[in-house]
Amino acid sequence: MPVLARTIENLGIPTVTVTMIPDLAMKFRLSRVVGIEFPFGHNFGTPGNDALMQTVARAACQALEEAGGPGYRLDVDVEWPVPLETAYRTWHPPVPSPIVAEMLKRRQGG
Amino acid sequence: MTVDSYKYLPRSMRTMYESMPVIDEPPAWAPLPKPLHNCTVALMTSAGIYLRDSQEPFDVERERREPTWGDPTYRVIPRDVRSEDIACSHLHISHDDLLEDIDVVLPIRAFSALEAEGRIGRLAEEHYSFMGYQDRRLIDWQTVQGPELAARLKEHAVDVLLLAPA
Repeated sequence: MPVLARTIENLGIPTVTVTMIPDLAMKFRLSRVVGIEFPFGHNFGTPGNDALMQTVARAACQALEEAGGPGYRLDVDVEWPVPLETAYRTWHPPVPSPIVAEMLKRRQGG
Repeated sequence: MTVDSYKYLPRSMRTMYESMPVIDEPPAWAPLPKPLHNCTVALMTSAGIYLRDSQEPFDVERERREPTWGDPTYRVIPRDVRSEDIACSHLHISHDDLLEDIDVVLPIRAFSALEAEGRIGRLAEEHYSFMGYQDRRLIDWQTVQGPELAARLKEHAVDVLLLAPA
């Protein structure tokens, strides 16, 4: 998705990217990056948690207003409200994605 | 706090991402055209959601056959969408929470509230969904879908795009 952000920004539309991997977004030299330490598939929080969603949305607004040039990064100071082991396990799909399955197969020499 | 970008990633992917160099291209930058409280904001997710009754799912069958391929197309999601209107075709994340509450990936309620309080000018009438897994099709995003979407955003007088890679 950093490629899309760059393409659209380079065509004149300002962007802000809310991402779990801000380090990677910075390597793509995006304009405005908001980092969240959340499991994948949960950029704005957990179902029904409007307060948490607001916190992240407001951080995106802050980034849009504060950034004076490219390479701006703002990390959201929120701990994920679910223990790491559970959160790590439950963000994954029920079966490995095709590319992950292929990598596992290769690793096992299959 | 400083976000740990690799907290939820398998170790092998951490190694891969950490070893990636910074791209050898100028930084992307477009300034806000006006104060945020006057801007129209659109939202984009890469969670692979689509309208279950009127849109095609993303092509995960081809991805199953060709694991390095990802569907580069996108779906338009109207602002008045309800969680029960959507389905998800994404093979890389769990669908449970985003199907329970679409705002987990596409925060329409949060930005509607920001619109109501005047923090942003307006939340756009339509938003966008991609399927985040792309390996070999990034060229399509650069040459087809990206420019097409930028033109569409301009047509709808959108000033700012928020991207939420799932």
